[in-house]
Amino acid sequence: MELQPYDSTLEKIWHYAFMVICGLIFFFLIFPILVIIPLSFNATDFFTFTPEMLSLDPAGYSFKHYMDFFTNPDWQQALWNSVIIAPMATLLATSFGTLAAIGLARSHVPFRGAIMAILISPMIVPLIISAAGMYFFYSRVGLQGTYWGVVLAHAVLGTPFVIITVTATLVGFDRSLERAAASLGANPVITFFKVQMPLILPGVISGALFAFITSFDEVVVVLFLGSASQKTLPWQMFTGLREQISPTILAVASILVTLSVILLTFLEIMRRRSERQRGMSPS
Amino acid sequence: MAQEQILTQEGKPLKQALRRALRREKMRSILLIAPLLAFVLVAFIAPIADMLFRSVENGIVADTLPETVVALQDWDPSTGELPDEAAYVALYDDLTVAVEKKIHTRLGSRLNYEQSGMSSLFRKAGRTVRSIEPGSPDMKQQLIDSDAAWGNLDTWALLKRYSGRYTPGYFLNAVDAEMNADGIEMKPDNERIYLYLFVRTLMLSLIITFSCLVLGYPISYLLAHLPLRKANLLMVLVLLPFWTSLLVRTSAWKVLLQQQGVINDLLVWAGIVDNTHRLVMINNATGTIIAMTHILLPFMILPLYSVMKTISPTYVRAARSLGATSWTSFWRVYFPQSVPGIGAGAVLVFILSIGYYITPELVGGTSGIFISNRIAYHISSSLNWGLAAALGTLLLVVVLFMFVLYDRIVGIDNVKLG
Repeated sequence: MELQPYDSTLEKIWHYAFMVICGLIFFFLIFPILVIIPLSFNATDFFTFTPEMLSLDPAGYSFKHYMDFFTNPDWQQALWNSVIIAPMATLLATSFGTLAAIGLARSHVPFRGAIMAILISPMIVPLIISAAGMYFFYSRVGLQGTYWGVVLAHAVLGTPFVIITVTATLVGFDRSLERAAASLGANPVITFFKVQMPLILPGVISGALFAFITSFDEVVVVLFLGSASQKTLPWQMFTGLREQISPTILAVASILVTLSVILLTFLEIMRRRSERQRGMSPS
Repeated sequence: MAQEQILTQEGKPLKQALRRALRREKMRSILLIAPLLAFVLVAFIAPIADMLFRSVENGIVADTLPETVVALQDWDPSTGELPDEAAYVALYDDLTVAVEKKIHTRLGSRLNYEQSGMSSLFRKAGRTVRSIEPGSPDMKQQLIDSDAAWGNLDTWALLKRYSGRYTPGYFLNAVDAEMNADGIEMKPDNERIYLYLFVRTLMLSLIITFSCLVLGYPISYLLAHLPLRKANLLMVLVLLPFWTSLLVRTSAWKVLLQQQGVINDLLVWAGIVDNTHRLVMINNATGTIIAMTHILLPFMILPLYSVMKTISPTYVRAARSLGATSWTSFWRVYFPQSVPGIGAGAVLVFILSIGYYITPELVGGTSGIFISNRIAYHISSSLNWGLAAALGTLLLVVVLFMFVLYDRIVGIDNVKLG
């Protein structure tokens, strides 16, 4: 992406135009997310910049939407539900998913294609269809409107991500390490925990993060499967946006953006660590 | 010459020992996969299968009016004659039981999906059976006197048509057709909504996929050609939206696109738009397209980028050294090599957008909603679950077809995240 000495004037103009175009697209990607952060400190209940805000008058800014989020029982209940449901779903998805990914990576698996298709299907089927099916079926077995129903549904939706990330780390896994451990007298369980697990851990952790985000951010299934007492944060945001536009949403959104920045940093560290461990130079 | 058997140390035939080891290996893999497989089958596949079943299931007529169904077996509506007295007696008996169990209104609302007026007919029947003495003569006349609909051939034809345990009725409804006395035909033009909605869902998804491609291609190209350190830095700008909550992004667009929102304010301030003519960019198809393009753009950039990274720069250099202009070398040499990435990204974005629910619901208004929104409406508001299931099944078929395509192009094993 560098200008060459032999480039014609037209090519030089195009080069700078291309840079401007890319800049605009990056702006389109990032601006909507960042603009809500200053707006969340709005002293009024509007969704727009007031003249006071634009003139940087301190009176135009306040923490009142944040205060509302931390004191309003509706929002607090939603937050706690999310904080309880997401880790349970993550735990289920990660433990089942990791085991299955290890099983799938072995050399002799009958019907691997079909099994893979079934295990990945929760990621492919549109959420509204999963939600509809689960709503009908979970009502029949009495799980509709319960915490467990929501946890199981979210766990199932998270497993494909665990399978995919763990499988990806297992691709670079050297099976001779297992054989070496066995030849030194380690049994399969010790081999798993001492040799395999530390090496695939980065994959497991990023899979778990995906599963967590899937549950923490999921709204369609919980809308159908949950009752009011399983109301999660996305659910509360969804109703807040649909019924009355509550400015508290902007405060919640800003907090969530901050969380995703932290998460992204963490994931990047995990990725570098994984590549280093597998003997690749970190990029 | 007899083949000499090779034995293992324990004296077993080698082939047998190997086969046993292989079987043990297979068992171990299965044991590792089994918990998740069972879990997914019970918690996910069974619900989907249940939904597929619901889209054709129709036990309600046979369950609510069992004797009537039997009595109607030999009746042929095409003769133009009403069923005989026995059918009316059976109907009276069935209704009496149904009213006692309070399930007659449910049957009414089920049949109302097929023909309007049935819901009120059955509600009225609840009062009617109480006023008629059991075992009284001329049941036919008494029922017809209570409501002329019982003397109408269409009512009986409808009952007979839906007396089977399975029905194509929901699917016909889902494609704007109906089954009447003359067989299957399309509904009148002004009553057709679902085909139109399917077409709109496909069209909007195509537009969104195309805008993602137009915006994603330059970005991926830039990222693939910058030095790695800079590319990784800019990649954060792609990954941050990717990792940000869907609802955060949708609320952001709601804030930006509103008539009193940030973009309109800016346009008014800049004098481009008159304050009284603020642009309507939300609660219509425009809002859906803008918000969903933003949400799905990372799903285009990531696969495109990973394909572009593998394209060797030497081909373009070779083309340039042979005298090609930068455009020719891009279009004739570079672009064809990036097509697999376009395919992967486009199919992925298309699959994701076609099933979207939340964003169209929040920013789509009436002209920007998708088929998913209609499915949700039938589950939670109109309670026509069979129709919701049939619409869902059709959508599922489209998505699975696209997915098979994706598997052919990219391979499910090559899906990369982040």
